[in-house]
Formats: sequence, structure tokens, C-alpha cells
Amino acid sequence: MTTDHLSTTFAALADPTRRAILARLAKGEATVNELAEPFSLSLPAVSKHLKVLQRAGLVSQGRRAQWRPCRLETAPLHEVANWMEDYRQFWDESYHRLDEYLRDLLMQGQEQGKENPRD
Amino acid sequence: MTRVFDAPRELVFQAHIDPRHVPHWWGQRSSTTTVDVMDVRPGGAWRFVQRDPEGNEYAFRGEYREIVPPERLVYTFEFEGMPGHILVETITFEERGGKTTITTTSLFDSREDRDGMLESGMESGATESWDRLAELLERLQKQATARTS
Repeated sequence: MTTDHLSTTFAALADPTRRAILARLAKGEATVNELAEPFSLSLPAVSKHLKVLQRAGLVSQGRRAQWRPCRLETAPLHEVANWMEDYRQFWDESYHRLDEYLRDLLMQGQEQGKENPRD
Repeated sequence: MTRVFDAPRELVFQAHIDPRHVPHWWGQRSSTTTVDVMDVRPGGAWRFVQRDPEGNEYAFRGEYREIVPPERLVYTFEFEGMPGHILVETITFEERGGKTTITTTSLFDSREDRDGMLESGMESGATESWDRLAELLERLQKQATARTS
């Protein structure tokens, strides 16, 4: 059985610093130093975040980590987006059905009320 | 996710916790939903099975965490076909002028204990509303596509 990539991706996204790193990389490649700049984080701390993102397949980096730029890889994002879309559609449809069902229930209640009016 | 229903809050809440109501609305229209387990109390389990026209079954399950009628419901949600990524759903029910607004917030429960690939630098699941995450993903994908084209 293959690794549950979706969970790894969600976990990688579940941090505001990592999301900010991804947002920066979406604009173009950056070195680790460039990524660390906007945050008051040490390089090791940024590297730790990058490792999580790399493990999720969201970021790729050249071998000489300090100097080679990091780039955003979007395949995991597509997977998440597809999953979310399915999930949203599931609930969209469920709530649509709930809307109709509630109307039915309320109408039945009204009809019962008419048949058995209270004195 | 937010949705408004033309019904009183008590009824909308009941539709969520009464096993007699659930099969009438929960899940895709093309499939039939069966309530397998529904123990509505904190710590109680729920499990619904959807059966599509071809006879394939898809099971969903979770555990109730908070039940505060008619205003709040918190439970976990997991698709058995994709075990391990569990969502914690919080639903609030507000009524105004006979109409009920339900607001659902989904929290990604990161299973770092189960997923040995994650380092200790990982923080536990973010409280991110669905819409904000969807927006972020859209933006990231668009920007990345624009960059490569």
C-alpha cells in the first residue's frame, strides 16, 4: 500500500510559516537565505520547515542546499484541491437534500396540523 | 462552509442527530445511506454506509465530541476508504427570523504519531476554515502555473 500522501500534504500545510514559504515560492524560486529573511527565524528553523515541505513533495531543492534555490512543486496541491472539491461537493449535495427534506417535514407538519386542529 | 435553511434550529439540529432523519439527506443523491452506528453522546461512535447504484459501498465514521442542542455539534469525520486523515468538524446552528444558518469549520487532525515521516518540527493541525484553505490552494496553483507558462 502506498503512503498516504494526502495526509502528509495536509500536515505540511498545517503551519502558517510553511504556508508563507509556499506563497513566496509560488512567485519564483528562492534560496534558503531568501526564504528566511521575512521571518525572524534561524536558518536551521527554516530548513526544518523546508524538510517537512520536501517530504510532502511540495518543495524541491538542489543538492547543495545552502546555495541552490528551492522551488514549489504543485502536484500535491492538485491532489489536495481535488480531494477538497470532492468533499465540498459531497456536503453541497447533502445540504441540498437536507433543504428539501426539511421542507417536506415542515409541510407534513402543517398538513397534520390542518387535519387535527387544536381546539 | 455556511448554509441557510428555511427551518427552525431545533429541527435542523435534530436532522443531524436523529438516525431516522439522516438517511433522508446525508450523502450523495445517487446513493442510499444506511446508519450502521449512531451513538449520539460525547465519545459515542457513528458510522454511515453509502451504497451506490453499482452496489459499491463507502463507509464514513467518526466520534462525537460535543453535543449542545440546538446550537453546536462537534464530531470527527473519516472516510474508511482513506483512513488516517481525520477531520474534526464543528457545526454551529444559529436562528434568525425562522431561518437557521449552519456554519461548519473543519480542522485537519494531523496524525503525526501515525505518520512517522513527519519531523518533530511539525505542529499539530491548523485551525483553518475550509474557504481560506481553498483560496490559498487556488492562489498557489494559479501563481505557479503563471510562472511556468
